[in-house]
Amino acid sequence: MAEAKRVERPLSPHLQIYRWQIPMLTSILTRITGHALYAGFFLAVWWLLAAAISPEYFDFVNWLATSWIGILVWVGSAWAMWFHYLTGLRHLYYDAGKGLDVPTAEKLGWACLIGSVVLTALTVLLVAM
Amino acid sequence: MRYLTDRKRAEGKGSGHAGTEDHWFMTVSAVGLAFLVPVWMYIFGKALGQDHATVVATFGRPFPAIVTGLLLIVGMRHFASGATMMIEDYLRGTARKMAIIGVICLSWATAAAGLFALVKIAL
Repeated sequence: MAEAKRVERPLSPHLQIYRWQIPMLTSILTRITGHALYAGFFLAVWWLLAAAISPEYFDFVNWLATSWIGILVWVGSAWAMWFHYLTGLRHLYYDAGKGLDVPTAEKLGWACLIGSVVLTALTVLLVAM
Repeated sequence: MRYLTDRKRAEGKGSGHAGTEDHWFMTVSAVGLAFLVPVWMYIFGKALGQDHATVVATFGRPFPAIVTGLLLIVGMRHFASGATMMIEDYLRGTARKMAIIGVICLSWATAAAGLFALVKIAL
């Protein structure tokens, strides 16, 4: 009975329907970076655990952590961290009921995108020096 | 006639049936992490690439050890909660339950491994 009458219902808007815009892109990136950060966290914990276990084991993990793959993970994690950090602060600002109008939200999104790149560059510089 | 007041019926509800508890936890941990993360990134960044003795000496000092310990617990609780939220959005039924249990176990295990390392380095 439930299947007796099939009606063509309008589909509610979703990712493939919406036109891409900055608040939407930065919102999705917040979720992606938050979860991707686990990789950096895992490598850092492994590295620390190796330091606690033995100098020989540390040498192996440290070699991996300072190889080009390791560096890629750290720089990627630094960017993900700063992006997630800035959008997290933005979330707190939104929660206070502020910055929710479209022009401000667009500006805040750009601030998160540009700010994360700048902060990542500064972090790499500070750490490498 | 309904004997329950509107407030009583709303209590403990919401889409996650947990009210605003999770949201509030994420707010508090986010503020905590806002302080912990930059400090830890500096400590870790400076220690990375050093030899074994320097790394052990760094994380054996009180301040780096306490910041790392706090980051492990607060960071992994924040991650577990965020990952649970994502799983609740995309998975249903048994797969959802298994994924949530898995992610909570993974975050506790990661935090425990890091804390063990800190204790072993400190002793």
